[in-house]
Amino acid sequence: MSRLERKSETKMVPVPSHSIVPERDVNKAPILECSHLGIDFGGLTAVNDFNLTVGRTEIAGLIGPNGAGKTTVFNLLTKVYQPTRGTILVDGKDTHGMNTVQVNRAGIARTFQNIRLFDKLSVEDNVKIGLHNQIKYPMWSGIFRLPGYWKKEKLAHESAMELLHIFGMEDLANHRAGSLPYGAQRRLEIVRALASNPSLLLLDEPAAGMNPSETADLMENILKIRDTFHIAIMLIEHDMSLVMGICEGICVLNFGEIIAKGTPSEIQNNPKVIEAYLGSQKKEG
Amino acid sequence: MDFSSLLLGLLDNLIRGLSLGSVYAIIALGYTMVYGIAKMLNFAHGDVIMVGAYVCFFAISTYGLPPVIGILLSMVVCTALGIVIERLAYKPLRQAPSLAVLITAIGVSYFLQNAAQLLWTSSPKVFPSVVPKGNLTLFDGQLSISYLTIVTIVVCVIIMLVLTFFTNSTKMGKAMRACSEDKGAAQLMGIDVNATISITFAIGSALAAVAGVLLCSAYPSLTPTTGSMPGIKAFTAAVFGGIGSIPGALLGGLLLGIIEIFAGSYISTQLSNAIVFGVLIIVLLVKPAGLLGKKIREKV
Repeated sequence: MSRLERKSETKMVPVPSHSIVPERDVNKAPILECSHLGIDFGGLTAVNDFNLTVGRTEIAGLIGPNGAGKTTVFNLLTKVYQPTRGTILVDGKDTHGMNTVQVNRAGIARTFQNIRLFDKLSVEDNVKIGLHNQIKYPMWSGIFRLPGYWKKEKLAHESAMELLHIFGMEDLANHRAGSLPYGAQRRLEIVRALASNPSLLLLDEPAAGMNPSETADLMENILKIRDTFHIAIMLIEHDMSLVMGICEGICVLNFGEIIAKGTPSEIQNNPKVIEAYLGSQKKEG
Repeated sequence: MDFSSLLLGLLDNLIRGLSLGSVYAIIALGYTMVYGIAKMLNFAHGDVIMVGAYVCFFAISTYGLPPVIGILLSMVVCTALGIVIERLAYKPLRQAPSLAVLITAIGVSYFLQNAAQLLWTSSPKVFPSVVPKGNLTLFDGQLSISYLTIVTIVVCVIIMLVLTFFTNSTKMGKAMRACSEDKGAAQLMGIDVNATISITFAIGSALAAVAGVLLCSAYPSLTPTTGSMPGIKAFTAAVFGGIGSIPGALLGGLLLGIIEIFAGSYISTQLSNAIVFGVLIIVLLVKPAGLLGKKIREKV
């Protein structure tokens, strides 16, 4: 472990040339650096030679046609899958050999394409699950209800309510998560992920199934999260208005490989991207 | 037989049923919690009861320790045993099909029984009651309840209250509930699923020790197979109440105990087990998920 940390320290700066990091983050060490990342499932190469750097407070987009391997990238970053090749540095730290829990403690939290809340738990308890590693008291203190337990649980309650407040969801705190309407469930997933105090938040299709006005609210909220917590956000999204509206750097995947990287305007005019989406040589219509 | 003595007889049977049912409920909690979180049936649970009873027996009879120390010691040993069993036998099979885990659990059960036979021989030991002998008499001596019966019911109530509070209001309990719903998502939120499963086994096994001591205090003949029948009955109780549900384990255990005692008193002692399992079959025909179990609807 310590050997790995030392090795990675030397790698921290400078920012590699393939970066699309916004200017304000250029002089800071990036939060995420992937180099030559890849995974094979049997004979199938799902992701190959994935290189990406995400800045400290960047909002990055990961787009591409269905089945391009976007969620697989998220699964690699969170170690749901162990990469076959390549390295991932989170905050300069090599995550090689880490498991999902350790990566979460290293600073990555995520939401899911298909909502995976703890339906039977209350909204507040879902957020508290995210707070699990920050609120610490020994088990017997909880069983015998010692003062330490009350103090820490009060702290957990306050933090949970504060986080829910960002999305204006504090009134729903005592509802069962499974009973919330769809949009609220999506928001709760983001709050729960934020509760684990990440420095990089991964959002997997946050706007899926939302109407235009909900999407507009979501965009505002994503910006608000970035500005309040000063964290990086990487999102997978099919809604181009959202991606082009708030992402500073965009990375386009097709068949598991990066076909383009750049700012929104660069991506919009990239012939390779247009071809991947429309499957023809036609100019943008 | 006049009416009042009939009523007193009923009351007496009800209390004895509640007491037996309390023991079943405490054991059933171990089955139901482990099932809820690890989604496996730990058939070695009944034999952990037996080990707990032996530890307590040796502490009290051989080393002359006070009963309270004996109980604590057997809880500590069973907790350790539960964690070790999980680490060695079940953890390597986390990704294996559930049938493999089930057969492993049966293997662990036989291993514990035979190890106990080797270590402590199969000749029955006379278990000393951990509760002072004596009765509480009511209605001018027409109804007498032993202290052990009262202690058993009170212990069961305390355990239920503490456990309900633990799972609903502490962070470890919430982590357990989160794991029982979606292990993957829990892990991605930073919850150590393996540690959570270990803690579940630890709690279940500590409760098994308590149940073993209470059971052997009531039925003092202790052999290496002492745990298997109560283990199966408690498993039945857990299924009866709806496996995975903590209140279900309590309800199932108490009902099972009451049915067993009533069937033994009013119908036939020989048939009491047959009646207990017969009722289980009928209940499952009407409510396949158990009394408090939730119907699982496949999303399409």
